[in-house]
Amino acid sequence: MTKAQSLWNHGVKIGAIGGVSVLIIALVGMIESFGKRDIISGILPMGIAMALIICTLVAYIAADKTPISEKSIKFVNAVISGFVTSGFLALLVVIGRSFNMRDMLIAASPALYKALTAGIAGAGGIFLILAVGLICGIFAGVLILLDTFPRKLIIKALATIFILGLLQELIMPLIKSWNFGITNYLGKLFYTQNGLTIIGVVLAAVIFCIISLLWKANQNAIKGTYTDLPKGTQKKVKTFGFLVLAVFLIVLPQFLGLFLSEVLTIVGLYVLLGLGLNIVVGYAGLLDLGYVAFFAIGSYVVAILTSPEIFSFGFNFWQALPIAVIMGITAGMLLGIPVLKMRGDYLAIATLGFGEIIRILVLSDFLKPWLGGAQGIGAIPNPNFFGFQMVKPQHIYFLILAGCMLVVFISIRLKNSRLGRAWMAMREDEDVAQAMGINLVATKLLAFATGAGFSALSGAIFASKIGSVYPHSFNLFISINVVCLIIIGGIGSLPGVVVGAAVLMGLPELLREFAEYRMLVYGAALVAMMLLRPEGLWPEARHKIELHGDDETQTQTAE
Amino acid sequence: MFQKWKDRVTVTDIVMWMIGGTLLLLCLWGSVSTIRAGLYTRSHWIDFCIFGLAQGSIYALIATGYTMVYGVLKMINFAHGEVFMSGPFTGYFVAMALWRSDFLDTHPILGIIVIFGVAMFVSTMIAYFLEKVAYRPLRNAPRLIPLITAIGASFFLQYFFRGLYGSGINAYPDIEILEGFWMIFGVRVLKIQVIVIIASVLLMLVLYNFIMMTRVGKAIRAVSEDKEAAALMGINVDAMISTTFVIGGMAAGAAGVLYALMFKQVHFFMGFIPGIKAFTAAVLGGIGNIPGAMIGGVFLGLIESVAPALFLDGLGIIAPYQLKDAIAFSMLVMVLIFRPTGILGERLSAKKA
Amino acid sequence: MKNLIRLFIAICFLLSIMAVPAVAGNVVKLEKGEPVHLAYWFVTSGPNTSLGMDSLRGAEIAIEDFGGKLKGHPIKLDGQDSMCGPEGGQAAASKIASDPTVIAAIGSSCSSAAKAGVPILWKMGIPNVSPSNTAPLLTDPAAGPDFDGYLRTCHNDNIQGAIAAEFAYSQLGVKKAATIHDGSVYAESLQRVFSDTFRKLGGTITSQEAISPGDTDMRPVLTKIASGSPEFLYYPMFIAESGHVTRQCKEVSGLENIALMSADGSFSPDFLKAAGKAAKGMYHSSPDFSALGDSYTKFLAKHKAKYGMDPEAPFHAHTYDAVILILNAIDKVAVVDGDTLTIDRMALNKAMHETKGQKGLTGDLTCNANGDCANPKIAIYKTSMADIKAGKMSPKPFWKKY
Repeated sequence: MTKAQSLWNHGVKIGAIGGVSVLIIALVGMIESFGKRDIISGILPMGIAMALIICTLVAYIAADKTPISEKSIKFVNAVISGFVTSGFLALLVVIGRSFNMRDMLIAASPALYKALTAGIAGAGGIFLILAVGLICGIFAGVLILLDTFPRKLIIKALATIFILGLLQELIMPLIKSWNFGITNYLGKLFYTQNGLTIIGVVLAAVIFCIISLLWKANQNAIKGTYTDLPKGTQKKVKTFGFLVLAVFLIVLPQFLGLFLSEVLTIVGLYVLLGLGLNIVVGYAGLLDLGYVAFFAIGSYVVAILTSPEIFSFGFNFWQALPIAVIMGITAGMLLGIPVLKMRGDYLAIATLGFGEIIRILVLSDFLKPWLGGAQGIGAIPNPNFFGFQMVKPQHIYFLILAGCMLVVFISIRLKNSRLGRAWMAMREDEDVAQAMGINLVATKLLAFATGAGFSALSGAIFASKIGSVYPHSFNLFISINVVCLIIIGGIGSLPGVVVGAAVLMGLPELLREFAEYRMLVYGAALVAMMLLRPEGLWPEARHKIELHGDDETQTQTAE
Repeated sequence: MFQKWKDRVTVTDIVMWMIGGTLLLLCLWGSVSTIRAGLYTRSHWIDFCIFGLAQGSIYALIATGYTMVYGVLKMINFAHGEVFMSGPFTGYFVAMALWRSDFLDTHPILGIIVIFGVAMFVSTMIAYFLEKVAYRPLRNAPRLIPLITAIGASFFLQYFFRGLYGSGINAYPDIEILEGFWMIFGVRVLKIQVIVIIASVLLMLVLYNFIMMTRVGKAIRAVSEDKEAAALMGINVDAMISTTFVIGGMAAGAAGVLYALMFKQVHFFMGFIPGIKAFTAAVLGGIGNIPGAMIGGVFLGLIESVAPALFLDGLGIIAPYQLKDAIAFSMLVMVLIFRPTGILGERLSAKKA
Repeated sequence: MKNLIRLFIAICFLLSIMAVPAVAGNVVKLEKGEPVHLAYWFVTSGPNTSLGMDSLRGAEIAIEDFGGKLKGHPIKLDGQDSMCGPEGGQAAASKIASDPTVIAAIGSSCSSAAKAGVPILWKMGIPNVSPSNTAPLLTDPAAGPDFDGYLRTCHNDNIQGAIAAEFAYSQLGVKKAATIHDGSVYAESLQRVFSDTFRKLGGTITSQEAISPGDTDMRPVLTKIASGSPEFLYYPMFIAESGHVTRQCKEVSGLENIALMSADGSFSPDFLKAAGKAAKGMYHSSPDFSALGDSYTKFLAKHKAKYGMDPEAPFHAHTYDAVILILNAIDKVAVVDGDTLTIDRMALNKAMHETKGQKGLTGDLTCNANGDCANPKIAIYKTSMADIKAGKMSPKPFWKKY
């Protein structure tokens, strides 16, 4: 490839892709609506920071992808693509200032142009955008020229600053709730009411660099010490680690305050759901898109038995819980029978249908006298733990933690049991599994039943946590979310479920400002994750081979 | 004889048939008592059927896109509903611009053609880039992976268009020539529904002939039979897959405008439910099979329109139209119990399903 | 295995220590410069955006009019999207409830969201005033202690539904009516009140149908309704579904010339967009703004100046009154101690319930023990072709009872 070609292919083309990305961000309104929040107080609004990051990232990728080893070409490519990216934004401002596009593109408002040009009217603003793009490109080019270690250090330090700024709304209330001398002081030092202080930025960067340097100097020593230990001691260290983790999990909500505990409970409920579906999809290979049905059944059983609104059965939570789980298991069996013969996508759509049927039936006027219809069932009492009312998220957290531990334990034991191996054999090849003497009917039904039981448990806790149940809460998106989280986490992997739930359900809750763009970012993240890391965040060691084996035919045809 | 029969039929089969049979009996009983009660006249039933046909032909058009993609890639293109949404949503702004300038009143046919053109172009572009960005890099990945990217792309597109065009109410303008009724064989029929039905049938015929008769169509069929063999025969597999998405996108865009002309309101979420329904229709007809998708779509539309009144009224169930989706999905399950690969689906081997 | 057992015992032990009840703090302390935090949970996305945004604008003007400060502390208003449904209400309320700085909540827009969300807020001790939840059950004495922290400044649908029925029976003289609802608390209870009153007056209800939110094809269900040949169709739903019904009524044989009526939930210019020309001659029940005094005219001028538009839905004035009601009550119960301001949310709730004769835009507000504060005047509006062309709901009531 000649130099000129590379300039076109890597400089301009990648710059254009970056330009389109920045345009998307601007036109869906992210730059403007994040303009109110500052990363660095009074200097750098979050929206602009995002545009800068994309611009720099694109320039960096352009340079990185350049196949020519000459550093100067890489540098030029970075500068070009940074410039091209900003060119798109400049074009948007030019066009937007002369035509009113707001009838169609609601975000293309004067406020957006003002934010982009930092309030400078006329050609000055346009030049500013182009100049900033150029600077981003040059910065990315300089990064490429550096050695690996300082480059990584700079990138990570910048990321640290960005994340610290991003999480302000999370950290500040925490500091306030602790009300502790040192943290109060640090909070005031780092943050203003809106964004980081300059001192905060410098301090964060310096502290981060010092820690990285120390770690780099000592990492081999630390890792070496552990591997040098005798086997027995290593095991003890591991057990100790688990113990620390357990204690950590238990005392966590005391420090997290109301909001983060609430997020933890949401993550916990999804972990329970994910662990259940992991058995159906991950172990047994049955794609179930109607998993929410069992969640709904668990919730409604608890609601009907404990709430005084429709029938006054007067059960308490602990009496209703086992009934809910048993009903869930039964429903799993019953719904499993008609789909026994279906495979692949036929199974997916049939189960999706079940999920919807359950929701629609619960919603209907027809069953309203028994299930409450669209108006749901309210006044579900909170669980009572030996006379102690579990009202706050912190209290429910313990309930969910206990549930998770139980379910993790069962999952681990099942995985290595005869049944677990039968499931995996079935996942690999139903016909061969049957030929090996596995009873397909029983094995499939048990997979559905176990998964449904876990799901019902989660539903039962959900109902008593939130205090009311509504059919609309049990829509298809829950099923889809759960499927996504187990695959993002790494299919078949137990820690993967926890990581997946934390990333897909927890992170979006934390970034409150993103509320409006939550699904947009969620969707983009799902695509990006699958393109960059299809095996998941915490894959199971064996699963890669297994999953690829499942699609032998396709792999062959494509080769 | 009996022994042979006993070997083939297991307990599960009997249970499944019992479930299917019970559903069937309930439907029959409901129909008989509804008809005997005489609530509805002949013209009511004809109305129900025409409404169902119009809705069903739109499902059928979307379902062809699903089924073709399934044919070549063996994956559920979850984002197809968003391809369907993107066209008419963009077309809305064109329609409003034309309407405001009175063009739509003076040259209605030309105006409608312009709207169709823009919408189909946008849907096609979305489908093309969807394949290129989200699916092509995953050609050899395990099958759950593209499903997740499809779900992700679906969310992304929904909320991208929401951010772009807003989430408020947008309704297509009233177009004079599409309003009113025609009398066909003494039956009063809405013009727009006749147009929707005819346009869908025409489009599906064109599409079917394209797939069956042309070289490109043959190449696409070859790719869906066996990618490797097709590649050996000199077929550009990637190009054929792109073409499939382009055709599916065009059909979806056209279906979208028909939908918008029939129901007027367009919004960013409008593709989701028709998408799920069309997917159901494709599975109902036997996924991967184009005539199957058409039959499945029409069947589903009819069920949604006729079944609540026919089956449930007689059973004394109040507000039956709330349950129309439940009936549609029950029908799906029933069909799949008796024919696990859909109405026209071939008996797939384990590997292929 | 032994380790596991030990671990388990340790965990149980710790659990029992940690589970000591934390005192539910219902007192919010504000230090110098910290804002008085009010949280709204209106619908700010989807087809009913106009309903929520209209309220939000009313709230912003109210805070401005109040001076933006309360005893030297700035007033902060932020919120969540409750999306006009129970699941949105649950989610929004959980988020507000998990923010310990929130002093009071304003919302929600739709009754379904309130029914799901109010108990969640009240469990955390956050009182709530709604400007637009009209469903009767929210202030029903039988609603239970979950709704003790709930007040509203809008009318109760026991009044609105009855007026609609009287209008249909006495004014229009129809004897056979049908209703449709979408399963929301609002539509369901409104059509029930309507049907009960209509029957009591001597009319017949030919059918009470239901659809699901998000449905588009109403023709089959309308055909079913047509089989009972009613003269009047009442569908008090929200904008998108009401729009579909209005349009498709004209296309179903037997319903072309039937009288149509909806309620305040779709009384918005957006409804005219959704229904188009088919809205001609249709009736809506909504608060009577022509009966309001000077202060409302002034409010309209401010609204126009600030947002460049007229209000989009009927509940901006109710929101204004709700915010002023909350701020007055906070002003009454807040204790100043040097630089800190201490607000007891329980006392605040009590003070709000004791509001008497507050001069508001919508009339004098006096709250009763159940939380109803409004002094409702409901009128019937009729949409004319001119209204549709102008893209605005009719400003003049067509009929009123008083």
